[in-house]
Amino acid sequence: MSTIQPNIEQPVSEEMQLVRRAKRGDDHAFEELVRRYDRNVFRIAQHITQNREDAEDVVQEAFLKAYSNLEKFQEQSKFYTWLVRIAVNEALMKLRRRKPERTVSLDEEVKTEDDSLPREVADWSPNPEQMYNQAELRDILTRTIQGLPPGFRTVFVLRDVEGLSTEETADALELSIPAVKSRLLRARLQLRERLNRFFQKKGSSGGDGDQGPSGDGNQ
Amino acid sequence: MKCSEFLNELTNYLDGVLDARTKSELDDHLAWCHNCYVVCDTTRKTIEIYRDSELYELPDDLRTRLRSAIMSKCTASKKSQAPGS
Repeated sequence: MSTIQPNIEQPVSEEMQLVRRAKRGDDHAFEELVRRYDRNVFRIAQHITQNREDAEDVVQEAFLKAYSNLEKFQEQSKFYTWLVRIAVNEALMKLRRRKPERTVSLDEEVKTEDDSLPREVADWSPNPEQMYNQAELRDILTRTIQGLPPGFRTVFVLRDVEGLSTEETADALELSIPAVKSRLLRARLQLRERLNRFFQKKGSSGGDGDQGPSGDGNQ
Repeated sequence: MKCSEFLNELTNYLDGVLDARTKSELDDHLAWCHNCYVVCDTTRKTIEIYRDSELYELPDDLRTRLRSAIMSKCTASKKSQAPGS
């Protein structure tokens, strides 16, 4: 099945060569792997923990763990997918420690079926990202994605921001493919809904949009 | 096709992983259902905006500092595991 994979397009053999050199004790090879993926791990960690210090810790701990457990990496998946799995687990542990009042798990069944159904349908401005300056836009996007449950935003970040395939996301998060697809759909729709008020065309709020397409479809 | 059926296939539609027949059914639905068209279009934009947003970029100085910390921890862990250490 072909899916969107815009970011990580390294030839597997080259990555595996680095991994094998690192396994044989070549630290320069491991450093090259760090250089290759540190930005991705940092982004994923910060999206999950929502805290810069925690994200820095996660980057260090994830790579250290990967280094110490390299022998256990079976080379059946990409090194990056294996690394993401380690980083996600580290990040979730941080989040649990910081927010002990809430059990944070990727397995939690988040009952937000209704939240995902479009309630407001309004056309957006043709270039919504140009309605705000860079700092404002960043703030809007950050606050909006932070409002999603961890299980949803992790799937969204891996699939749509980092460009992992559905299969790789399922592998990294130890979820089934249907679970990834269902969370991705709900994450995308919830983000869309929450961004509506920032990006809709001037004067197009409400109107016929109050009735979403989630009705009986007999229109 | 009902709107709810369209919505169920939205992710597959946006990811371009549908067979030709299902895609054509969805295209037909979009041609007459303005609300689904808007939901589909704004969801696509949502994905594009986040993909292009460069949220949480790792600054160069922090990146260098982290890499150096990682490598020295790795070296230390190797030494502590070395026989006779």
